[in-house]
Amino acid sequence: MISQLSWKVGGQQGEGIESTGEIFSIALNRLGYYLYGYRHFSSRIKGGHTNNKIRVSTTQVRSVADDLDILVAFDQETIDFNFHELRDGGIVLADAKFNPTIPEGSNVTLYAVPFTDIATNLGTSLMKNMVAVGASSAVLDLDIDVYQEVVEEIFGRKGQQVVEKNMEALRAGAQFMKEQLGDSIQTMKLEKADGKKRMFMIGNDAIALGALAGGARFMAAYPITPASEIMEYLIKKLPSLGGAVIQTEDEIAACTMAIGANYAGVRTLTASAGPGLSLMMEAIGLAGMTETPVVIVNTQRGGPSTGLPTKQEQSDLMAMIYGTHGEIPKIVIAPSTVQEAFYDTVEAFNLAEEYQCPVIVLSDLQLSLGKQTVEPLEYDKIEIRRGKLVTGELPALPDKENFKRYEVTEDGISPRVLPGTPNGIHHVTGVEHAETGRPSESAANRIAQMDKRLRKLKHLKFNTPVHKQVKHEEADVLLVGFNSTRGAIEEAMERLELDGLKVNHAHIRLVHPFPTEEMLPLVQTAKKIIVVEQNATGQLASLLKMNVGHADKVRSILKYDGNPFLPNEVYTKCKELL
Amino acid sequence: MATFKDFRNDVKPNWCPGCGDFSVQAAIQRAAANVGLEPHQLAIVSGIGCSGRISGYIHSYGFHGIHGRALPIAQGVKMANRDLTVIAAGGDGDGFAIGTGHTIHAIRRNIDITYIVMDNHIYGLTKGQTSPRSEVGFKTKSTPQGSVEPALSIMEMALSAGATFVAQSFSSDLKELTQLIEEGIKHKGFSLINVFSPCVTYNKVNTYDWFKENLVSLNAIEGYDPSNRDMAMQTLMKHKGLVTGLIYQNKEQKSYQDLAHGYSETPLVDADLQLSKEKFDQLVAEFM
Repeated sequence: MISQLSWKVGGQQGEGIESTGEIFSIALNRLGYYLYGYRHFSSRIKGGHTNNKIRVSTTQVRSVADDLDILVAFDQETIDFNFHELRDGGIVLADAKFNPTIPEGSNVTLYAVPFTDIATNLGTSLMKNMVAVGASSAVLDLDIDVYQEVVEEIFGRKGQQVVEKNMEALRAGAQFMKEQLGDSIQTMKLEKADGKKRMFMIGNDAIALGALAGGARFMAAYPITPASEIMEYLIKKLPSLGGAVIQTEDEIAACTMAIGANYAGVRTLTASAGPGLSLMMEAIGLAGMTETPVVIVNTQRGGPSTGLPTKQEQSDLMAMIYGTHGEIPKIVIAPSTVQEAFYDTVEAFNLAEEYQCPVIVLSDLQLSLGKQTVEPLEYDKIEIRRGKLVTGELPALPDKENFKRYEVTEDGISPRVLPGTPNGIHHVTGVEHAETGRPSESAANRIAQMDKRLRKLKHLKFNTPVHKQVKHEEADVLLVGFNSTRGAIEEAMERLELDGLKVNHAHIRLVHPFPTEEMLPLVQTAKKIIVVEQNATGQLASLLKMNVGHADKVRSILKYDGNPFLPNEVYTKCKELL
Repeated sequence: MATFKDFRNDVKPNWCPGCGDFSVQAAIQRAAANVGLEPHQLAIVSGIGCSGRISGYIHSYGFHGIHGRALPIAQGVKMANRDLTVIAAGGDGDGFAIGTGHTIHAIRRNIDITYIVMDNHIYGLTKGQTSPRSEVGFKTKSTPQGSVEPALSIMEMALSAGATFVAQSFSSDLKELTQLIEEGIKHKGFSLINVFSPCVTYNKVNTYDWFKENLVSLNAIEGYDPSNRDMAMQTLMKHKGLVTGLIYQNKEQKSYQDLAHGYSETPLVDADLQLSKEKFDQLVAEFM
């Protein structure tokens, strides 16, 4: 009996690899297992190797597994490309059709299963995926009936006969495999899970759901990998709330349209990835200068330029913090789990209105597209706060005077009136302006307005700006990261602790304004700091040194090959540095 | 009821004396009053350039944005509050150079806003460079030997993009301009009004006199029918785009707001931001 398992299915893109993983993982999720799924794919519609690696566990998992127990292969390329990941004693289930081979001398067992032949005999080769899922289930000793519900949901629309055929394919695959396995059937039998129903979703689903819960009723966006799922989800859901999504002509239009809608009082977001964010920079400056709330999601991918559009990276950090000309107040939040992606998106809309500035929800491809089991999201934690939005009736203004939209206040935040409100007329502009919003080049006014804008974030209230796993008052090492590396760092930390090292972990959730006060004591009480991040120049390490100091203690573990960090990589590299 | 004086404020425009934009300012103020608006019901979104300053010179809500992006901002405002009257305004550089992409897509999207372009065939605020509306041979600081790029035929371009309201006017003709802006506001969809608005400082070719000599009023063309797209296109081509009046209007085509599936008939800005527990649970269950 095992409590954790890693399974991967691979083949040519467009061959149904994704749905094979979907059916397998949804069924396991419903049995109460915790899952973590990560897809390897390319920027093309058909062809090219693709795979879906799924980690199954009876406890929470937040990282891709180091190795592999079961590899399901629809072509030889899948075996050649992924064989090195298989652990000793692992197995390969490959379609007998292509006469699969594995390297000689390895302690891995190959089972050639006639996926295609069994499916074809049952009516159509399309069902070879179901045969493969059935065969996999036999290895884990899962009851095929667990798939009934999932298969009905997916194929129900096509009629009962299709559902039955697919169930038959599953059973046939399982039956074939049981006969092959014989006595060795128990080796990968999975411990029973708790049977609890939990959500199973990608980070982009959580961001989109967070936007709905956070009161967003409009979105303007341009398609891009790996952000499009956010727009696609909201296109399905917003009309039922009276809202809308506009697919704009480009990201500049997306961002400026979102700014226009926010100015007029509707919580509006846009979502994109690196190239789109580069195009939005001038508009983000406009939102900062006009003090218009706006929420922008950046699902980081491999840069620069078109870079690695379908691969993991965290190289937009500096650009998100500093990437607009001039100086504006801006908030950048970097959730590290799917749950957080939900809550942080809700909060982004509150902060945008409270502080009247752009808020960037920074994600990365691994978080945005990785599929995770999610503990229940709590309705009662959803809060809507609109800051200094003026809602009541306004007194009449003296003849032709403007409402003081940019009134200089102690906290820097001015009352905000929406267009359409009687007695609230004012002007907003990206040109430096006086309290009334009218352009002004006066030096004294310039200083007053700059100070006012930048003062707004001095006392930013943000719950848990840093996730701290601090077991030691004095640590041998403090591990630091942001976004989706959290799982790999946590697992590496456990292993380092087993080696007798004292390890603390700080995962930064509010990356801007930098949580210096929270980080300083952790840095001071560690002998070494290792910053783990997915870029080539150590951007988070630079930020840490700039804000907290102690540069002599800071080391970096960097990865920029497009693949997520594995726990073992972090562990090994830490050992080298310690 | 408000009069055009209620749309005036006490800001002195920084336009040169004699600039065509003064008339456009006056025409917007008159048209807004004539269609029965109160100042707080109007939002003017403008771009960057001399003409872009117009949002600060009218007593109404005003948003002075960034160069070339008045249209997406204005569309966002309208989507958020369909009860507001939204006018986008800017120059030919704004709408037909840096912002051309937005112009074409705003036209085909057909959100119910009015776009007024103050077209002077030159870049004024940057002190005299060529514009996409400058004719071949036009000499400027950036084209000292004369421009070799042909001018963009924007009215034909608008018709090709599926415009439902296309008009053109001359800033000297305050009466016609006011009337066209009124019709543009009333039009249920995107209305484009290009206004020849001479730059008296940097354009010594396309002057008031030049326009007077070269413009043809569509009212003077017997049998001209603004509901006929073919006729509109042919007339524009025949007169090299130098016509004034209502060029084309399609009253049948529904606006984006009326076509968008599920889009609220009441202003979105009034929507309840809180999801009900029932709705939330239903959304959550879809991921289980």
